[in-house]
Amino acid sequence: MADEAESAKPHFLYRHRLVTRLWHWINALTVFVMIGSGLMIFNAHPRLYWGQYGANYDHAWLELPRFPGWATIPSHYSLSGARHWHLFFALVLAFGLLLYMALSLLNRHFARDLGIRRAELAPRHLWADFKAHLALRFHDPANPRAYNIFQKLSYAGVVFVLIPLLILSGLALSPNMGAAWPWLTEVFGGRQSARSVHFIAMALITLFTLVHLTLVILAGAFNEVRSMITGWWRVPPEPESAGEAA
Amino acid sequence: MITRRNALILGAGGLLAGCDRFTDDPWLLSAEDAHRFLQRSVTGRAAKAREFRADQRSPFFRTNGTANPNTPEYNALAAGRFADWRLKVDGLVARPLSLSLAQLQSMPQRAQITRHDCVEGWSAIGKWQGPLLGTVLDLAGLRDTARYLVFHCADLLGGRPYYESIDLVDAFHPQTLLAWALNDRYLSVGHGAPVRLRVERQLGYKHAKYVMRIEAVASLAGIGGGKGGFWEDIAGYEWYAGI
Repeated sequence: MADEAESAKPHFLYRHRLVTRLWHWINALTVFVMIGSGLMIFNAHPRLYWGQYGANYDHAWLELPRFPGWATIPSHYSLSGARHWHLFFALVLAFGLLLYMALSLLNRHFARDLGIRRAELAPRHLWADFKAHLALRFHDPANPRAYNIFQKLSYAGVVFVLIPLLILSGLALSPNMGAAWPWLTEVFGGRQSARSVHFIAMALITLFTLVHLTLVILAGAFNEVRSMITGWWRVPPEPESAGEAA
Repeated sequence: MITRRNALILGAGGLLAGCDRFTDDPWLLSAEDAHRFLQRSVTGRAAKAREFRADQRSPFFRTNGTANPNTPEYNALAAGRFADWRLKVDGLVARPLSLSLAQLQSMPQRAQITRHDCVEGWSAIGKWQGPLLGTVLDLAGLRDTARYLVFHCADLLGGRPYYESIDLVDAFHPQTLLAWALNDRYLSVGHGAPVRLRVERQLGYKHAKYVMRIEAVASLAGIGGGKGGFWEDIAGYEWYAGI
């Protein structure tokens, strides 16, 4: 059929604008450095508490062995070195996010790509999309450019919840910010609670990154990475039958 | 897939190790000045660290750093319950001082229950008491050229004397004390007897223990390793420890 010949031709979509791509890669590097240096800082006192205070004689809700050198920045024990990395990239993270948010409001990236419609949250829709994920189908053939609902939820969760939470809980650890903005530390229920929240949020963004990388590989690593570099994404050809993908 | 995953892990490990050589690069260290500028911009000069109620204190306030200076000079002072200890205040001052513990205790006192935040991540809450550093500095009369105050301490770490320094913003802050009491008792040796600095908007290593001499200076360049403090000199910790 003529349609078949038509669909066999590679079809490209301009999927990611320059601001999105730039921020994606700057942020990928930043999150990588923040996790590595943060784990080293954690190694200096690998215990977590709830409340205002917490030290060796107080009850810790979590106590971990030190993270190994392959996971930390620097790779040898150096709290001061880790702080150099962490405090530099903290500024990149915070001001990068601020700039990205402002530009993404202006270029309507948030409204167009991350806007969640009520119908998408209907259990039936979520279930259908979940089954599509299991079948390794990640986009709607009728509207291939659109993010699926799990993409929208996780990207919005990272951009609007997780990264702001990391920035604010990190700032809440600063003794000077405790004087400048006393509400900030109190929102978290004290400095040691803020430190625990900071660690949990780090664990969640690590989890996000691992799932994200896995899905990039499953969706076709070359095409996905190319689209985040050049902006152009090749619409995957439709499989002959659903059975093939499973 | 497994080999690809392994390649990713190896790649990540290699990237991490590759980071090591940048750890002391000037561009990385420039963040300290940026944080100091940003933080000072949003912080009132006299904005106070939170103060707590007595029942919010840590049940046990751990010590850190030097547990006991253990030099002959210090041991002799401690044996006499610091009756012979004198705090020297000199450098760029109009009237150099030599103050006994009793003299510090006879000045107007401030008591505050504050949170001590160690750079390592732990916190402890305790009640500190002593005269404001500002009271002592006013008595000595700082010269106009003075920009920093250097705290010379009785303890040696690895053979090097401990010292710290702060600028005038923190020196005249309404919570900056020369504390001689913790939780209504004289400071123990572990906590820095007879006097330690409290500079509540910065991390613990700025709170010099075993203070022997306060020197007003125009620049930190000629002192110790020139970076303004023991940990700053030997390990590259930030001089501005507000974060």
